[in-house]
Amino acid sequence: MGAWQSYRLRVNRQTWRARATIKKRELSEVCNLTKVIKPNDILLFSTIRNEEIRLPFFLKYYRNLGVNHFILVDNHSSDGSLALLKGQPDVSIWQTEHSYKTSHFGVDWLNCLQSRYGHGHWTLVVDPDEFFIYPFCDNRPLRALTDWLDANETRSFGAMLLDMYPKGPILDQTYHAGQDPLEIAGWFDPGNYTIEPNTRFRNLWIQGGPRARMFFAKTPRRAPALNKIPLVKWHRAYTYISSTHMLLPRGLNVVYDTTGGERLSGLLLHTKFLNTFHIKVLEEVSRQTHYAKSLEYQTYAHALRHNPDLWCEWSEKFTGWQQLETLGLMSKGRWL
Amino acid sequence: MRLGAIGVVVLVHQDLSRSAQAIRHWSQAGCAVVVHVDRAVTSSAHERFLRDLSDLPKVKFCARQRCEWGTWGLVAASQFACEMMLANFADPQHIYLASGSCLPIRPVQDLISYLEANSATNFIESTTVSDVPWSIGGLHKERFQLRFPFAWKSQRWLFDLSVRLQRALGLKRRLPQGITPHLGSQWWCLTRSTVSAILNDPKRPIYERYFRRVWIPDESYFQTLVRHHSTQIESRSLTLAKFDVQGKPHVFYDDHLEILGQSGCFVARKLWAGADKLYTAFPMASDTTRDSTHRSSDALNHLFAESAARGSKGRVGLYMQSRFPHQDPHAPLTAAKYTVLEGFFDLFHDFQAWLSQTTDNKQAQIHGHLFAHEAAVFAGQKTTIRGSLSNSATLRDNNPTAFLTNLIWNTRGQHQCFQFGPHDVQKIGKILPQDSNAQIFIITGAWLVPLSQSVESLAEIHAKALRLHAAESKHLALLRAPWVKAKVHIWPLSQIIANPKLQLHEILKAIEPNAKCPTTVPEINLDPIAFPAFVRALENQGMHRGLAGNLNTVKRIIAGPEIP
Repeated sequence: MGAWQSYRLRVNRQTWRARATIKKRELSEVCNLTKVIKPNDILLFSTIRNEEIRLPFFLKYYRNLGVNHFILVDNHSSDGSLALLKGQPDVSIWQTEHSYKTSHFGVDWLNCLQSRYGHGHWTLVVDPDEFFIYPFCDNRPLRALTDWLDANETRSFGAMLLDMYPKGPILDQTYHAGQDPLEIAGWFDPGNYTIEPNTRFRNLWIQGGPRARMFFAKTPRRAPALNKIPLVKWHRAYTYISSTHMLLPRGLNVVYDTTGGERLSGLLLHTKFLNTFHIKVLEEVSRQTHYAKSLEYQTYAHALRHNPDLWCEWSEKFTGWQQLETLGLMSKGRWL
Repeated sequence: MRLGAIGVVVLVHQDLSRSAQAIRHWSQAGCAVVVHVDRAVTSSAHERFLRDLSDLPKVKFCARQRCEWGTWGLVAASQFACEMMLANFADPQHIYLASGSCLPIRPVQDLISYLEANSATNFIESTTVSDVPWSIGGLHKERFQLRFPFAWKSQRWLFDLSVRLQRALGLKRRLPQGITPHLGSQWWCLTRSTVSAILNDPKRPIYERYFRRVWIPDESYFQTLVRHHSTQIESRSLTLAKFDVQGKPHVFYDDHLEILGQSGCFVARKLWAGADKLYTAFPMASDTTRDSTHRSSDALNHLFAESAARGSKGRVGLYMQSRFPHQDPHAPLTAAKYTVLEGFFDLFHDFQAWLSQTTDNKQAQIHGHLFAHEAAVFAGQKTTIRGSLSNSATLRDNNPTAFLTNLIWNTRGQHQCFQFGPHDVQKIGKILPQDSNAQIFIITGAWLVPLSQSVESLAEIHAKALRLHAAESKHLALLRAPWVKAKVHIWPLSQIIANPKLQLHEILKAIEPNAKCPTTVPEINLDPIAFPAFVRALENQGMHRGLAGNLNTVKRIIAGPEIP
């Protein structure tokens, strides 16, 4: 790496960190229980907005996995999300009414909270519709994974976004609070992902899945990025840039092997495509807050008029981590 | 049977409550225990640890050393503890070196009985340097030839610098007289007399001075000196402790319960501190695998081998978030062999149907032109195939290599065969020759056949022919390049026409190795008189000569399935 490029990346990283510091002013504390966090605790960070219906299962899932504390930013929810979260013994909440878009879709807010509370901890950054899985997750808690990563001097862990969807039109089945969303959105595309290396930030750019197949077949380069690095042993000098797709310093983005071997990796089961998706899309389009002037969301809005069915003959029904490992969507790597 | 026949030295670094649990097991079985606690452990944790074990009578604690990985501290700690063992306990005839994250698997009594039956044997893995297949940091013999004053983990750059410097200056240490370097697992079980001989050797200070600057002396100090003091050695460790391809110790979890129970090993390491089920189940109260037919370490060895394969070679032909190899000149691009046919659709009537009928549908999938401009033509005209791979041309052309590698990965177990030609999107033409899994069969000039039946004017046909010929020439140049790794068969049109059966048999063999010579061949789409005339007419328009081979030598054209 040339000294000039190295310098530019450093400036880039410091700009992101400075922005996070400035954005701190936008956050107001609602419920700060971070004093109960112990030195080795695993922390989960997330930005939420009107997720009352998803939160009960979300909290249950991650508590069960071994997350010790939740640090959430509520972006002006108008439903009962806040009431539901207040009074939980392991949830700290900050609130903001500022724009999700100008805070880089929550990245600035979370960077700020992570540098303050995440330093030295394993931190998991996920959305309320993303469910983290990894090899052996049915038997080994998250702590077993982070202990192994520590022993192997690995600071970051990759987990590609795997879009899950129901069989039949998206809007036909109703999701109830507390229900496992995979009971409805239990299907996925097993083998149509494309990968391109990003030389600047050293990450892999992964696209594909049902969204590319159904919504972006004519404009494949606009299809959403699926590469994610949600689990990081946080240091206050680190910063996410562009959601959890990339980090700086860029060495953290190298979660793959280039010599032929496989590194240990997981997946984020993305249960966006429930009947609740419709309401989200309408909201996002009207707020114009998402990437590329909501082009992605306009595409969804257009498609949703026909209540699309993402399921195809070759969709696979999710049965467990072993299946995803065999298919080659994630890997056990050297983990015994 | 006399109890307390073994003394256990336990080196404790972390997870003190689990270490205490293991020590309790040793002690309750009647073993004398000497514990060494790493000086890096905080004093409050250490005090709690001492309190936890204060009720055990035959447990002693020795002076604390800092034990950094790969440094002398670990050997020094073992020496202190062994000296204490010899001085304080007269019974033990064997001394077993264990760590805090070791746990007895079979009943400790089994181990004691086993050692009583082999009372004079030293169990220590000890092999000469040239027999050891593993090395860390690219160092092998140099472990014994260079000096290593810096720690590998915490002072890596100083470590590397000093190694480079010594190599550059050609510095080599001289070995103390009379010893041959041996290496092996850190965890051993030696007889009292051997340990005593090593510790009381008058030349100990000389050896120590040497081994202090050897790299990872805990894997070589006792392993080397035991050869000096004893001849009764079984070169294996009684502790199951495996390392992965990166040199990190494998860790066992609750889901390994059954496999560990059946492994027949006395002691295992490392156990994850959170593995409650393992710590509850082991050591077994009675050996359920006493009947040795139930005892098998095959399952464990299979696990180790699988982990090594995943970590070093991975699954060839798979591209995913944590495996993205740079083009390796030795490894194929794709997961399995596949067949590319060029020109056969043009020459033969309904070739796809014929090939599908001739081959086993379970074994092989026969596609049309996968890289056609409009859309990929999958077998059976499907819009998606296995893997939910779409036939969309834009998705495919966005990354044709990924389309190909995905297709072959998704359908592994079923041979893929597809058509390609100068009409198709040509980008993949650069990739195919580089893949050693590709078997390419090409009939040059076959694109002339549909043109010969065209009703367009000769000038229009000529223009088309020029374009197709250019595409074909470019493609052929790639297929004939010296770096080509694909298996390429180039046949001129005339050769195929002369004897299609022979060439079609070649193709069938590529798809199914045991394929028999076909009894029927598909009909050829070609007028034996008009076609040579058409080619001549094109040549007279200025086209390159010999596009379809030498048509004049074609004595007769086999034009139907019934002619043998």
